[in-house]
Amino acid sequence: MVCIHGGTVIGYDMARMRNPQPAMRDASIAPASFNDPSREVGKEIYMSVALSAQDISRALTRISHEILEKNQGSSNIVLLGIPTRGAHLAARISGIIKDIEGVEVPTGTLDITLFRDDLRMRPPRAIMPTKIPTSGIEDRDVVLIDDVLYSGRTIRSALDALGEIGRPRTVQLAALVDRGHRELPIKADFVGKNLPTSKSQSVKVLLAEIDGRDEVSIEEEAQ
Amino acid sequence: MSTNDFLIKNISLPDGEIVNIGIKGDLITSISKESEAKAATTIDGTGCIALPGLVDLHTHLREPGREDAETVLSGSHAGVKGGFTAVSAMANTSPVADTAGVVEQVYRLGQEAGLLDVFPIGAVTQGLKGESLSEIGAMADSVARVRVFSDDGNCVSDPLVMRRALEYIKKFDGVIAQHAQDPRMTVGSQMNEGEISARLGLKGWPAVAEEAIIARDVLLADHVQSRLHICHLTTAGGVEIIRWAKARGINVTAEVTPHHLLLTDDLASSYDPVYKVNPPLRTESDVMALREALADGTIDIVATDHAPHPTEAKECEWQEAAFGMLGLETALSIVQKTMVETQLMSWSDVAERMSHAPARIGRYEQQGQPLVEGSLANIVVINPTQKWTVDRDLVLSKSSNTPYHGQQLPGVITHTLFKGKHVFNNGVVLPNGAK
Amino acid sequence: MRHLLSISDLSKVEAISILDTASELARVSDGAVKKLPTLRGRTIVNLFAEDSTRTRISFEAAAKRLSADVINFSAKGSSLSKGESLKDTAMTLQAMGADAVVIRHSASGAAQRLADNQWMSGSVVNAGDGTHEHPSQALLDAFTIRKHLGKGGSDLSGLSVAIVGDVLHSRVARSNVLLLSLLGAKVVLVAPPTLLPIGIENWPATVSYDFDAVVPHVDVVMMLRVQQERMTDLFFPSAREYSRYYGLNAERMSAMKQGAIVMHPGPMNRGLEISAEVADSARSVITEQVTNGVSVRMAILYVLLAGGALEAGSN
Repeated sequence: MVCIHGGTVIGYDMARMRNPQPAMRDASIAPASFNDPSREVGKEIYMSVALSAQDISRALTRISHEILEKNQGSSNIVLLGIPTRGAHLAARISGIIKDIEGVEVPTGTLDITLFRDDLRMRPPRAIMPTKIPTSGIEDRDVVLIDDVLYSGRTIRSALDALGEIGRPRTVQLAALVDRGHRELPIKADFVGKNLPTSKSQSVKVLLAEIDGRDEVSIEEEAQ
Repeated sequence: MSTNDFLIKNISLPDGEIVNIGIKGDLITSISKESEAKAATTIDGTGCIALPGLVDLHTHLREPGREDAETVLSGSHAGVKGGFTAVSAMANTSPVADTAGVVEQVYRLGQEAGLLDVFPIGAVTQGLKGESLSEIGAMADSVARVRVFSDDGNCVSDPLVMRRALEYIKKFDGVIAQHAQDPRMTVGSQMNEGEISARLGLKGWPAVAEEAIIARDVLLADHVQSRLHICHLTTAGGVEIIRWAKARGINVTAEVTPHHLLLTDDLASSYDPVYKVNPPLRTESDVMALREALADGTIDIVATDHAPHPTEAKECEWQEAAFGMLGLETALSIVQKTMVETQLMSWSDVAERMSHAPARIGRYEQQGQPLVEGSLANIVVINPTQKWTVDRDLVLSKSSNTPYHGQQLPGVITHTLFKGKHVFNNGVVLPNGAK
Repeated sequence: MRHLLSISDLSKVEAISILDTASELARVSDGAVKKLPTLRGRTIVNLFAEDSTRTRISFEAAAKRLSADVINFSAKGSSLSKGESLKDTAMTLQAMGADAVVIRHSASGAAQRLADNQWMSGSVVNAGDGTHEHPSQALLDAFTIRKHLGKGGSDLSGLSVAIVGDVLHSRVARSNVLLLSLLGAKVVLVAPPTLLPIGIENWPATVSYDFDAVVPHVDVVMMLRVQQERMTDLFFPSAREYSRYYGLNAERMSAMKQGAIVMHPGPMNRGLEISAEVADSARSVITEQVTNGVSVRMAILYVLLAGGALEAGSN
């Protein structure tokens, strides 16, 4: 995989994914992911695209089918996306399910900021909206949806939050990307792509609703 | 006790002339340009200025009654470090200095300390209550020979009492030093009334409460033909009134404190009570008016209003804190910074405002004498080019409520001589002039 | 942000983020989740050297809903009333491990003295200091106004607010003038000349002695409490004359714009600055202010204590 300006992928190279080459840096045509203000100016970044827009679309479709299959239909499902990107993914999955089944499943968002266990380690975070569908979660099959599953702490916070709201029948987890390195005994029921990564790498998810395009890439700062 | 025999070499007089000053006993014996002059002890005055010993007409020594804040002895230490050879101890002690007994006690304590002249000020009214006159005659005729009378801390607010006091002191060649503050308008007041007090939620002390009393008292002084002195003038309006009164020939004099020449009311924004003082810090335009008035002589003298307070009286909420700031050790430096370095005054003017004039007003014949042969040797040597940083933990006063902590000030006082005795030498106070 | 001592500590962005956080927290409180673990393990001390049941309970509820431990230190019967200095009280609280102190005190600047002096290392929240400021009140007032009258944006631009009463002695007025103008509202202060401070020309507000002239033109009428003692201190001749000129009665209320609301920080002097009829009318949002107070105070505690680093950041 090579980083190309304009975001167009020229070719797949599985070997290269494990050993990404230095990206060509030209500030005037730098794609969106380079404009991260938290990055040190002047640092070189290795970047490789893991999922293209089409890959993402197919993954979400497959996940939607899997959710329906595991839960034997849509009748008892509640989708809760974890903001920010998880919420958009939940909306998309809800749309796909509607296309498949002709049914609108209750869909909402669950912000877990107030339940995090690492608040003190960072500046205060803004609280995102939590919208639980009016049908509630009591005795429902709740599917939590997030973009990246990593340490598992976000999901643990989500379980705490759900516990305060009510008692679902089951809680399942759909993640677009599972990048490994779990710190808690948490696993996803539905995964878009398993992406083995090292801890020095970061996974960047771009979604059209916020970032203008769909893409999942792995980035690493040059040492 | 060793005989005093000094020569201050190569020093500048206030007018700029470089001379050698010879001192023997308690007198200045020679002022000359001779380079072969000899003496037992030589002080190198190169680059320094000799001023007549400073005279403070407004000092709070707190003894008797508040020895936790200051004593006559510790106040004397602070005084000589600040270049003072005389201070005037205000009467708001406990017991109040309204009898011959108390003023003689304070006078004796000053003599025992032996570092500078302590001239007690007598209260105008008994107990500072503002109702009936204290025994002014007894105090005037006592060993302390009191000539300055003041209820400072309180205002003599009853016009009839003020009139009688002004009349009565004429017999004793006295002067009433008024702390101008209308009590009804300043109940519970905390700081200057203005934009800052409105924002900070602190009760205002309006300028008019000071000016109204000054206006009334200059008219009274004129009517009964007596001597009036206005303590710690702080407002531009007050300056105007004094100017008007002097133009009419009214016998009024006025003083300004060093802190009112420099500090303004916006310092209260920190709510740090080190800036809480009575009368309060005022505005920038008041500061400018006071400087101009001191320069042109409308304000006759600088007086410190040295007001020591123990730490717990200043380490609390503003409302609970005591009013007052230290002043003796920093006065000359502040005057240099605000008046000399701004070209408003010369060093001769400084000598006039801080030595000759206050001695005249207080009738202290042995102080404020010119630096000539035959005068008493009350001299302060200052190096105006050196700077120093104020450290509240290193002050000689018993208290540490100085508003200048951490600030760098110009002018280091290197020597103070009191009646020929070397009482202060480069940071060290020498009791009784001993070496 | 380490302390909240005055509205002037807040930038417009910070103020709005507190209001937005309060909105989310209010939704949480309304919904099924009554208690959040966010401040678990933290100790918040209510240091109320001046009596106040309403504000203290509001802060206590806010802290508890975030699972913080709350210790109450009130004026009566405490060491403060026995003459213990603010410094010693602060050092005791530090020794007890207080992460934050919510302080109400009769001395203006007391909160700042606590914060500046390094007697303790926790956060200081000013719950009302003398006649200086009451920032959490202004924030809940702004929150209430935004909820009812906010024109879609996040701030209060386009709105006008009249603050009526004893401005001279009111910390609520000072904080509100600062916050409302920060958020883009126009403020007019209405009071007799004796109850307006010298120096008010410099405040970001206009001034009027004529309540009737102002009433029809504002979106919010915020009444301030008038203390009975002001009469003996010569601020106005009688309660009757004060009410006649500056009281919000039914007649004045009927001259208000459509949709305009009535506010009061409480406690009210029914019959003096506000009539019972007005206090209980549909225009009055006075009880809602109290409810909003808890959400706003939760937001304040969250912003001060939940994060680690000192800069405000967002996801």
